[in-house]
Amino acid sequence: MGETEGKKDEADYKRLQTFPLVRHSDMPEEMRVETMELCVTACEKFSNNNESAAKMIKETMDKKFGSSWHVVIGEGFGFEITHEVKNLLYLYFGGTLAVCVWKCS
Amino acid sequence: MPPKQPRWQSINISRGTRKRDEDSGTEVGEGTDEWTQSKATVRPPDQLELTDAELKEEFTRILTANNPHAPQNIVRYSFKEGTYKLIGFVDQLAVHFSQVGNLVPKDSDEGRRQHYRDELVAGSQESVKVMLSDTENFEEDEEPKEAETEAESQTDVPVTGVAENVMEEELMTPKQPKERKLTNKFNFSERASQTFNNPLRDRECQMEPPPRTNFSATANQWEIYDAYVEELEKQEKTKEKEKAKTPVAKKMGKTAMRKLTSMESQSDDITKVSQAAKIVERMVNQNTYDDVAQDFKYYEDAADEYRDQEGTLLPLWKFQNDKAKRLAVTALCWNPKYKDLFAVGHGSYDFMKQSRGMLLLYSMKNPSFPEYVFSSDSGIMCLDMHVDHPYLVVVGHYDGNVAIYNLKKPHSQPSFRSSAKSGKHTDPVWQVKWQKDDMDNNLNFFSVSSDGRIVSWTLVKSELVHTDVIKLKVEGSTTEVPEGLQLYTVGCGTAFDFHKEIDYMFLVGTEEGKIYKCSKSYSSQFLDTYDAHNMAVDAVTWNPYHTKVFMSCSSDWTKR
Repeated sequence: MGETEGKKDEADYKRLQTFPLVRHSDMPEEMRVETMELCVTACEKFSNNNESAAKMIKETMDKKFGSSWHVVIGEGFGFEITHEVKNLLYLYFGGTLAVCVWKCS
Repeated sequence: MPPKQPRWQSINISRGTRKRDEDSGTEVGEGTDEWTQSKATVRPPDQLELTDAELKEEFTRILTANNPHAPQNIVRYSFKEGTYKLIGFVDQLAVHFSQVGNLVPKDSDEGRRQHYRDELVAGSQESVKVMLSDTENFEEDEEPKEAETEAESQTDVPVTGVAENVMEEELMTPKQPKERKLTNKFNFSERASQTFNNPLRDRECQMEPPPRTNFSATANQWEIYDAYVEELEKQEKTKEKEKAKTPVAKKMGKTAMRKLTSMESQSDDITKVSQAAKIVERMVNQNTYDDVAQDFKYYEDAADEYRDQEGTLLPLWKFQNDKAKRLAVTALCWNPKYKDLFAVGHGSYDFMKQSRGMLLLYSMKNPSFPEYVFSSDSGIMCLDMHVDHPYLVVVGHYDGNVAIYNLKKPHSQPSFRSSAKSGKHTDPVWQVKWQKDDMDNNLNFFSVSSDGRIVSWTLVKSELVHTDVIKLKVEGSTTEVPEGLQLYTVGCGTAFDFHKEIDYMFLVGTEEGKIYKCSKSYSSQFLDTYDAHNMAVDAVTWNPYHTKVFMSCSSDWTKR
């Protein structure tokens, strides 16, 4: 009984957790939305290859907002970064991925 | 080889002529035919006249191409055979003369190319470069004279050297365009001017780096999960709330709106209400103090009939304020324009117990509460209201400061205030008095203090500018110190008054009981000194009607 419920919950969770969940961001509103959308597209496009997703995000961000962006995508990692103020976005996506995008030249 | 050639040739030629001579001789010997006459031998003018014997002499010397100086018995050691061996072949070449020239053989590719180029470029400079090979030289016996002379002129040049030089020259020359002006190779200088180069200078500037911060976090599956679950719960809650709200929201919104409007109107009306409240307060006061007012106007004491020339005094109004409790009234001043308004200065005469001070303005129309309240850190000792600007009150403080309060301004701070920097008094200010505006229409007032100074203060824009008018000195009381030093004890001014008609003249009362007549223009000395009192002069006033009379009162309980 409990198990089935748990499974159901998990399925629900998987189904529901497709939206990006911003954990931390000091970007301006417009930039944040844009970056968020970019992260979503990249992660959906390369759903089984985090590296190419990160590459895509990095290159697009470099083009859009100037050079030296850094992107980390993974399921579990820890980090301590120095970033330029107003240029950091840390979000969860798809229930399993964490994406950290920041700029520092 | 070439050096031998002239010998060869000359010999050949001489032989040739000899043969011809012989031939012609035989012909002449036969010479019956007419046409043979014309065949007379042509001799060169410088031909040697030789006798037959000489001509027929046999030359046994044979010219060979061998070099007579070349060694003929060179022996070299042959390692192969282990013995010395005679070397048969000896180099017969002897160089007598050599010249390096830039000749190009006509037949060579280079020569042909150059020739072609020369044809293209019309009028190109004449430089014929011809080279004849060895074999040509040998076979040229029967060739025309021209070629022979050319050959002769060039045969003394070693062929191989020439060829090499030619090659070198050709490598250098053909690349340069012919049109180019020939330059003096030895002393050539390109004409150009050099201008002074501005010195280079380094300029550096460093920008502040963009602000950075640190951020650190860890991402784990469970953390992501928790975050999402939390977010979901939040979303659900908000949904529920929205659902719950929707029916009630309309009513709530309306009431809220009403409340808001009422609140706004209240806050807005407070100022308006204050005006009305003031009036109402005054009305109430009028009612309560009606008898007092009546008394004030029509008071008739029945007892007066029995006393001649003397009225009775009855306290009518009693003004009090809780805040000003325990503070002595030190100064009073009626407002010159609004007759019902007067200012009260609170402070303390007890110099041991100096505390705060208060400036209250009461109106006769409202005895219960002051119209204006100003509080200060130091006790107020005196005050004065301006005649033309009734809203300006000047106040003298116990600590020596003077301050001007503007009744128009709502805040309780003085508009202007002297400070230690701007020459405040060092002792309590005993009297302040507004003066007529000066030449520049600046407001100004005088103050007198126990420190012996009388100071004129001028309001310039937003500052108080002070000028010492006079320093009171106690005449005759200078104590002779043995060293001859004169010590002036400073007189303590306590009161002063200006002459009503003569602007510059004023009286100063001092603590010593003397009254000085002074002038604004003489700051060093007094016009007159009156030994008026035994003790401190508390006040001095000119008679407003009789201009030459003044009155003073003193702590010695006398008035004069």
